[in-house]
Amino acid sequence: MNSLRADSQFHRHLILVNGLIPILWIGMDGWQGQLGANPVEFVTRATGILSLLFLLLTLAVTPLRHLFHWIWLIKQRRLLGLFSFCYAILHLLAYVGGDRGWQLLSIPADIIRRPFITVGMISLLFMVPLAITSTHAMIKRLGVKQWKILHRLVYIIAIGGVIHYALIVKSDFTYPFLFAIVLTFFLGYRLRLTS
Amino acid sequence: MPNPPNLPPSEVTPEDVFLNRRKFMKTAIWVGSTITTSSIYQTLKPAPKVENTGKDIVVSASPSKSIAPTDELSRFQDIAGYNNFYEFSTQKSAVAARAQSFVTKPWTVQVGGLVQNPIALSLDDIMGMEAIERIYRFRCVEGWSMVIPWVGFPLSKLLEQVKPKDGATHVAFESFFDRQQMPYALFSGIPFPYLEGLRLDEAMHPLTLLATGLYGKTLPKQNGAPVRLVVPWKYGFKSIKSIVKITVTDHEPVTTWNRANPREYGFYSNVNPTVDHPRWSQAQERRIGETRLRPTLMFNGYGEEVAHLYDGMDLRRYF
Repeated sequence: MNSLRADSQFHRHLILVNGLIPILWIGMDGWQGQLGANPVEFVTRATGILSLLFLLLTLAVTPLRHLFHWIWLIKQRRLLGLFSFCYAILHLLAYVGGDRGWQLLSIPADIIRRPFITVGMISLLFMVPLAITSTHAMIKRLGVKQWKILHRLVYIIAIGGVIHYALIVKSDFTYPFLFAIVLTFFLGYRLRLTS
Repeated sequence: MPNPPNLPPSEVTPEDVFLNRRKFMKTAIWVGSTITTSSIYQTLKPAPKVENTGKDIVVSASPSKSIAPTDELSRFQDIAGYNNFYEFSTQKSAVAARAQSFVTKPWTVQVGGLVQNPIALSLDDIMGMEAIERIYRFRCVEGWSMVIPWVGFPLSKLLEQVKPKDGATHVAFESFFDRQQMPYALFSGIPFPYLEGLRLDEAMHPLTLLATGLYGKTLPKQNGAPVRLVVPWKYGFKSIKSIVKITVTDHEPVTTWNRANPREYGFYSNVNPTVDHPRWSQAQERRIGETRLRPTLMFNGYGEEVAHLYDGMDLRRYF
């Protein structure tokens, strides 16, 4: 039992440190002016992709658990989800502070007029209740059944996230396409499990 | 639960060995995972190392310093390290490295179509034209801009040599394309060779440049060596790179981005802060090297020189 707990702590630390590495590097490179010709563009893109990546890792937990019997993964799902949320918040900050230069009044019009921003904002908005209800206490308060229903929002968030990415691309759809394929596989696997 | 049969106690791994192996494994996983994560970041990080290795170009006194912007010049490392050249990559910071093996010698530019004297220009012919320096603002349709000290010659000089015939209305341009040298073009999502075009009066305008260099030296490959177009009052994608063909025609030629997405990219593509791209605003721009946004100028600030070309035209329709 002791070693099991030690293991799950090891897994948690591993994910925590590896999840923080990109943001530490971005911070360090930013400090030294090493983020290329257009730092705002890079930070916006990088945090967006990282958010999507952690979202897909969150969704990978169930299929991986079933395929390889990695039961330990389930304990780390919350952390993966929270990383996705944190990077989404940083992505939002990069957009508001960098892309829009804190011209807050220009943002509502952007949300209405530009479908990719509309979709991205909706996905981010849906992430908020999931992040808030991610604690054990909240699972107890909501009841496992209700909690599970609420957390199905993650599918909409993920689909929205991939569409958001595809909509901003000018012509090279390689990355959004790869994300879409992986997401389809994870969602399909889940559908097969439930049916 | 029954005991597993017949395992002698000697087969049991001693506890200290077992724990040591676990410790070793954990250390290995720590080191391996953090190195992997860091190296993934490092490969995606936009830090191309570029040097100005071009040959010096002798520049005669520039007659048009008056149109040069008073803003600061963009750094060479930004001009040569942040490029849209979809034949090599759609990642602007990845182009420089991939373009290094691009063969730009020998080179020929076919100039023909509706002209009296069609010619094939060799690299020496191109570099033999009297070169001038022009400092222009460069505004990308994506919303960023630079200030670039180009070296080259007015396109009109070349067109005067070949003499467009009566009835000529437009000029079509074609980029070099070779699948072998540009294998990543496959992923770009746009057709090649890259095509561009101008109206004849736009092509003859004194601001329209055929650039052979920047910062006093021949063009870096990623910037469209050996010769490219520069039309400073239009979005950057009109300034076609690595030109192999210039054809004078009597109709509006097909252009690559217009063909790929006619709703978003028009034939004219004049810089215009009042006409938004469907997916983003064009009212402001981020000057590379600055953090604040600055307002985008009509015709990129060259209205005095070029606005008359579009008198009476609805620029919302002809965007």
